[in-house]
Amino acid sequence: MRVLAAMSGGVDSAVAAARAVSAGHDVVGVHLALSAKPGTLRTGARGCCTVEDARDARRVADILGIPFYVWDFAERFGADVIEDFVAEYAAGRTPNPCMTCNEKIKFEALLDKATALGFDAVSTGHYARLSHVDGAPELRRSADLGKDQSYVLASLTSDQLRNAMFPLGDSVKSDVRAEAAERGLMVADKPDSHDICFIPDGDTQAFLGKKIGNRPGTLVDDKTGAVLGRHTGVHGFTVGQRHGLGIDAPAPDGRPRYVLSLEPVSGTVKVGAREELAVREIVGQRVRWPSGRPIDGEVDCVAQVRAHGGTAPVTARVQGDRMHVTVDGELRGVAPGQTIVLYAPDPGGDIVLGSARITETG
Amino acid sequence: MTYLDHAATTPMLPSAISAMTEAMALHGSALGNASSLHSSGRKARRIVEEARELIAESLGARPSEVIFTAGGTESDNLALKGIYWARRNGDDRKRRVLVSAIEHHAVLDAAQWLADEAGAELTWLEVDDFGRVHEDTLRAAIATNPDDVALVSVMWANNEVGTVNPVGELAGVCTEHGIPFHTDAVQAVGELPVDFAASGASALTLTGHKLGGPYGAGALLLGRDVACVPLLHGGGQERDVRSGTLDVPAVHAFATAVEQVTAERAVRAEELAALRDELVAAVLRKVPDAVLNGDPGQSAVADGPSRLPGNAHFTFPGCEGDSLLMLLDAQGIECSTGSACTAGVAQPSHVLLAMGVEAAAARGSLRFSLGHTSTSEDVAALEAAIGPVVERARSAGIAGLRRKAATQESGVR
Repeated sequence: MRVLAAMSGGVDSAVAAARAVSAGHDVVGVHLALSAKPGTLRTGARGCCTVEDARDARRVADILGIPFYVWDFAERFGADVIEDFVAEYAAGRTPNPCMTCNEKIKFEALLDKATALGFDAVSTGHYARLSHVDGAPELRRSADLGKDQSYVLASLTSDQLRNAMFPLGDSVKSDVRAEAAERGLMVADKPDSHDICFIPDGDTQAFLGKKIGNRPGTLVDDKTGAVLGRHTGVHGFTVGQRHGLGIDAPAPDGRPRYVLSLEPVSGTVKVGAREELAVREIVGQRVRWPSGRPIDGEVDCVAQVRAHGGTAPVTARVQGDRMHVTVDGELRGVAPGQTIVLYAPDPGGDIVLGSARITETG
Repeated sequence: MTYLDHAATTPMLPSAISAMTEAMALHGSALGNASSLHSSGRKARRIVEEARELIAESLGARPSEVIFTAGGTESDNLALKGIYWARRNGDDRKRRVLVSAIEHHAVLDAAQWLADEAGAELTWLEVDDFGRVHEDTLRAAIATNPDDVALVSVMWANNEVGTVNPVGELAGVCTEHGIPFHTDAVQAVGELPVDFAASGASALTLTGHKLGGPYGAGALLLGRDVACVPLLHGGGQERDVRSGTLDVPAVHAFATAVEQVTAERAVRAEELAALRDELVAAVLRKVPDAVLNGDPGQSAVADGPSRLPGNAHFTFPGCEGDSLLMLLDAQGIECSTGSACTAGVAQPSHVLLAMGVEAAAARGSLRFSLGHTSTSEDVAALEAAIGPVVERARSAGIAGLRRKAATQESGVR
């Protein structure tokens, strides 16, 4: 196959590309330039789009003996990922920009271009298992549960996954690093990237504050309606947040308060006790079926609502263009904008059934 | 392999390789530091001075006007900064630097640095649709205040689109006002008739690896009466303008290459132009809507052809340059989207933008540059590949546009 290996400059995508080469594919490496003005050097452990990262990716490609190019997706990334991220926060929702990037950049803009140029697949260094059963993609959790990234891939369609390749799905991270060292790739010890690549200093609040500005509002007790404090914008809060609320008086019962909901138009942030965070019903839109097969009727499965969160047993069904989920166990801190991913537990790696963008909780 | 990127680097000439290895073998026995006074030093010095004389003779300069450097970027920086500092030190009003909008980054960024860090005021010289600076444009730019101009820099021939500038006329305008005129002739030497004295330029940049010499060896021809503050201080080599121990084998090979290409230029340039015209015709035959950028090359400028004989530069409408580059590379055809220095991340070429080309079209452009190893087989290989490659790149470009339009229509992000 002709494989386009997306190479961030990190160890995972490097080994993924190396494995594609070893498997006998005709591989071309591409680094995505996602920032119009990339930093020259990596600062800290964040981000993956500096000139140094592009250089690291190029050096790996040299060692693998594959052609390497830098493709500029800065404009698309800015419009589809960064602007969306800001707009979602401004609307009081909690987005996952990595998921958006997978949907819109890696497996849309890049994949479209790659396919048009004659490639059969795009490979990335994601930790998730992908196989094809009777022509339908089957996406499972990684063998490394600590690194599993099936969640951030669960909003891809079957068409997108049909042309995807995740060569690291069966491996654990420590083995990937060891393999990088064995293959003589100098990125073997490179630190993992964390957080959001377009916020290199990690200060999401400051980033949002600069983009959105001041939109003052009040913090209100969910039960009594009493105004407990003021804030400069709902984008400073996430459902489930406990710290940094700026309320000086403790709750009457002395227990900590949590953010329960955000109302962007009035600027109201409702706070309350921890148990009020528990969610029983979740409704989601933008429903996606990675296998191409919607669930049939009511299905008992487990759900995960954030990239590194726990799971809970749920019952799910689809009605029109919405997914309705009843939580049997306990899910807390579920915010609109997050994606709910349904898994069918399986000893060979839980299978992703589908996903939806959360619009309402109850 | 079909190498169509000679403007980036052209293979070393066999004569230059021999010269270099001979000098290195000498270095292995007893070739000293060219600044040393003993016998081994004298041997090295003799090689360097003969190289200097060879270059001077080949390019219409005096030996004392040849300042060896590490290449084009250093020569450009030395000319821009050194002459600017000298002029400003002599008269504090002289702070205006006139630079054409189509210069190589070695000139552009040096000029920008002078503006940002050294109190210079930049005046950009506009170009016409071919990328040429006109005498009237320069005259008008100087006329706004002839007394504050520190220097003017306009390249002899453009590295991307190949258009040749009327260097003699531009230098003449500067001479009228006593203003130093620098020209980056990195692409010109070996392809165009370059005579330093006859051109009237005060300073001229050339480099080895563009003309069949080694990497890392270049020169600035600097008129004897042109004051220039050094960038590098130290042992006072090279007229005290460029300190540093010279790379004797590289200098020897560089001079050997300069001599050969200038001696053979008239004949080679004609062959090269014929092959280039063949290439242009072949591309237009296969891709009729391709647009040849720059001067068509059928007239005369600065006593030579109006376009670099080895240069062909096209815009392929609806294509992205990086797609074209990759698809051609996969078929063993090597070319470039612009100057190699900016080829890391695709930026629309400042040269094309200055010529009035739309940003989207600028992105869909490729340069094919021929040199001393090019043959008709190279052109045939390109002709065989270019049609399907453009078709495929175009479908990739359209895929992107369609998706973009669909996204905008539905309002979905």
